[in-house]
Amino acid sequence: MTTQTTEPAPLSAGWTYAPAPESAAIADVKDRYLPFVDGAFVEGRGDDFATYNPGTAETLATVSQSTTDDVDTAVAAARRAHDEVWGPMSGAERGRYLFRIARGLAERARELAVLECLDNGKPIRETRDFDVPTAAQHFFYHAGWADKLQHLGLGQAPRPLGVAAQVIPWNFPLLMAAWKIAPALAAGNTVVIKPAETTPLSVLVLAEVMADAGLPPGVVNVVTGAGDIGSALVNHAGVDKVAFTGSTAVGREIQRSLAGTGRRLTLELGGKGANIVFDDAALDQAVEGIVNGIFFNAGQVCCAGSRLLVQEPVAEELLAKLEARAQTLRIGDPLDKNTDVGAINSPTQKAKIDELVGSGAAEGAQVWRSSCPVPERGWYVAPTIITGTAGSMRVVREEIFGPVLTVETFRTPDEAVAKANNTPYGLSAGVWTEKGSRAMAMAGALKVGVVWDNTFNRFDPAASFGGYGESGFGREGGRAGMAAYLEDAS
Amino acid sequence: MRIGKGTTTGSANGDGSRLGVPKTYKLYVGGAFPRSESGRTYAVRDADGGFWANAALASRKDVRDAVVAARKGAKAWARATPYNRGQVVYRIAEMLDGRRSDVADLLVTGGATRDAALAEVDASVDRLVHHAGWTDKLAAVLGSTNPVSAPYFSYSAPEPTGVVGVLAPTGSPLLGLVSVLAPVLATGNASVVVAAQPDACVAIAFAEVLATSDVPGGVVNVLTGSVAELAPVLAAHGDIDALDLTGAPGELRVELERTAADTIKRVLVPRGEPDWTAEPGLARLRAFLEIKTVWHPTGALSLSGGGGY
Repeated sequence: MTTQTTEPAPLSAGWTYAPAPESAAIADVKDRYLPFVDGAFVEGRGDDFATYNPGTAETLATVSQSTTDDVDTAVAAARRAHDEVWGPMSGAERGRYLFRIARGLAERARELAVLECLDNGKPIRETRDFDVPTAAQHFFYHAGWADKLQHLGLGQAPRPLGVAAQVIPWNFPLLMAAWKIAPALAAGNTVVIKPAETTPLSVLVLAEVMADAGLPPGVVNVVTGAGDIGSALVNHAGVDKVAFTGSTAVGREIQRSLAGTGRRLTLELGGKGANIVFDDAALDQAVEGIVNGIFFNAGQVCCAGSRLLVQEPVAEELLAKLEARAQTLRIGDPLDKNTDVGAINSPTQKAKIDELVGSGAAEGAQVWRSSCPVPERGWYVAPTIITGTAGSMRVVREEIFGPVLTVETFRTPDEAVAKANNTPYGLSAGVWTEKGSRAMAMAGALKVGVVWDNTFNRFDPAASFGGYGESGFGREGGRAGMAAYLEDAS
Repeated sequence: MRIGKGTTTGSANGDGSRLGVPKTYKLYVGGAFPRSESGRTYAVRDADGGFWANAALASRKDVRDAVVAARKGAKAWARATPYNRGQVVYRIAEMLDGRRSDVADLLVTGGATRDAALAEVDASVDRLVHHAGWTDKLAAVLGSTNPVSAPYFSYSAPEPTGVVGVLAPTGSPLLGLVSVLAPVLATGNASVVVAAQPDACVAIAFAEVLATSDVPGGVVNVLTGSVAELAPVLAAHGDIDALDLTGAPGELRVELERTAADTIKRVLVPRGEPDWTAEPGLARLRAFLEIKTVWHPTGALSLSGGGGY
């Protein structure tokens, strides 16, 4: 008697994930948000603008927009707060406020994670496990510096710069606000910050947290709007320091416009990071690192590992593994806890990504794209890998800021270094090798501000972050990050 | 014709003395002393307005050649060990001290009293010695191991920015030049220095000191000529990473800063009039350093056979 047997299905096939969405209600999204000036949420004098949920392309909330007059008011409030309250306050006292803000953020972490997910489009897994906790950690870390400024190597009593104008991007809205505000306040500066117009909400909730922590009015002010308000802010005669994170094009414009003002400037700009895989690397680990490097936040990361450089002997094997792994990534509802790759932040950004990928195809490269179904509503780009590239192609030279990886090969370490450094940018690089001495030698030779050896996209407030060359100047995090907000009295 | 006082053997004959052999002042590029490719020169005047010497009037092309040389020099200099860099900077101090009297003569020709001239040379030697001691301490003072909250060894260390364009200050022909150059050298950068226009003879004399001090060719390049003509070329050059505007004429500063922004250069704009006799501090060292952070996994002992250490 024969038993009819069926082949067991391979483990990977046929398994589906039941939807596991986080509840949008947790974010407690209000219909309308107001700028935060001089300790109060006040009407902006401009027209309201909408912020969208990139996951659905629906309006999420409206935001009252600041005008240049509102920028004046905010800068004046920051100046007053600096001169009367925050400047004279002891470092220990300032630190206590920052500790309270860190705690407040942690207490509202779940709400903020959902809100960030809704407003930005990145997966809840990332906002929950990375953006929000790291933002809280930044406040906690910098809180501790406030009464230790004399140990920074900037002299016995380094002075704050005054009023800091800060303009931040949409890719890590809350985290970038924390990166900017925490060191500025620890050093004794006051702040006027402008979040990106597509992602203003989490920063405005952060303002609530700061108000609830009892932060004196005017110490941090949040103005809202687009590039024109950012420009009015950084060019305001009443500010002493400008910190900008965003595109190299805008950074260049800011540096130009600040010429002759004597205003201190730090710029954290674009990147075109190389992720370099040697033939002795642990390939499966490298694959995970490459995926993290380019698909984390859908590649909308200035330090993304967007150029894969792989040593020829393992190129074929690595690519096969990489495509197989990328194919398993789930693209979709950012609120779903199973989602790996969320939405692109705006239709403008999606159009830019699509245009650049198109240019790669037009220039003769081969474009591989995950066949994972993509939601019909919302702005999504499936993980994309471009092979057959040449160093002259736009996809290799220009920052794409999307889930798009280009692949080149190399034979020798020298060639890898030459290719990696062959860009005006210099923000990040990854090196995958089991040989410690080679990793260290590569770390020394790469002209970038951060090198990840057998890992990628690691961040910590204790570790300085920032670029070489046209990726900007100045550092955030660590001792060097504090130096960006203090006079050097050494 | 009047022979300048600075040419020490330069008294005219007629009084029975020997006719001097005055020096031709050239540029210092890539370790050599070429004339300007343009063939141009300009007359440098002594303190009384008399003819002192003809100096090379460098051109845009000379700037570009100097940048090429500096880029090569930057590689060699960054590769040198910190100890070696310190010894080389100390060697510059030695060689300058050995030419103390000659260089002081030049400063006197430029208008300084003998005492002031000697004091300026001595202060310059001291400044070099100070910076010779920095090369192997910068990473310890400005770098860190980072206590990151994850299983990684993370460190941040300063690295030279690369090629720095330096506009040497006026008013302090030697000490000013040494004060802006020493930190650039000590931090491992290469430079293209535009000498203050009236101070060409002192600057090139100092270049001769550099040339005999084991400084690899191209690490320092000294151009003489019109700052107004050369500075914009430096500011716009795509292979210059940073710019020191200390000697930039006031009316040019803003435009130079603006031009430098096109390539996101690091720009040092001093506040107020620098006091070269003051303690140098760290600011000029910091200005041309990049902080690089490296993350290396530490893994877990269990992966290497358990915690049996």
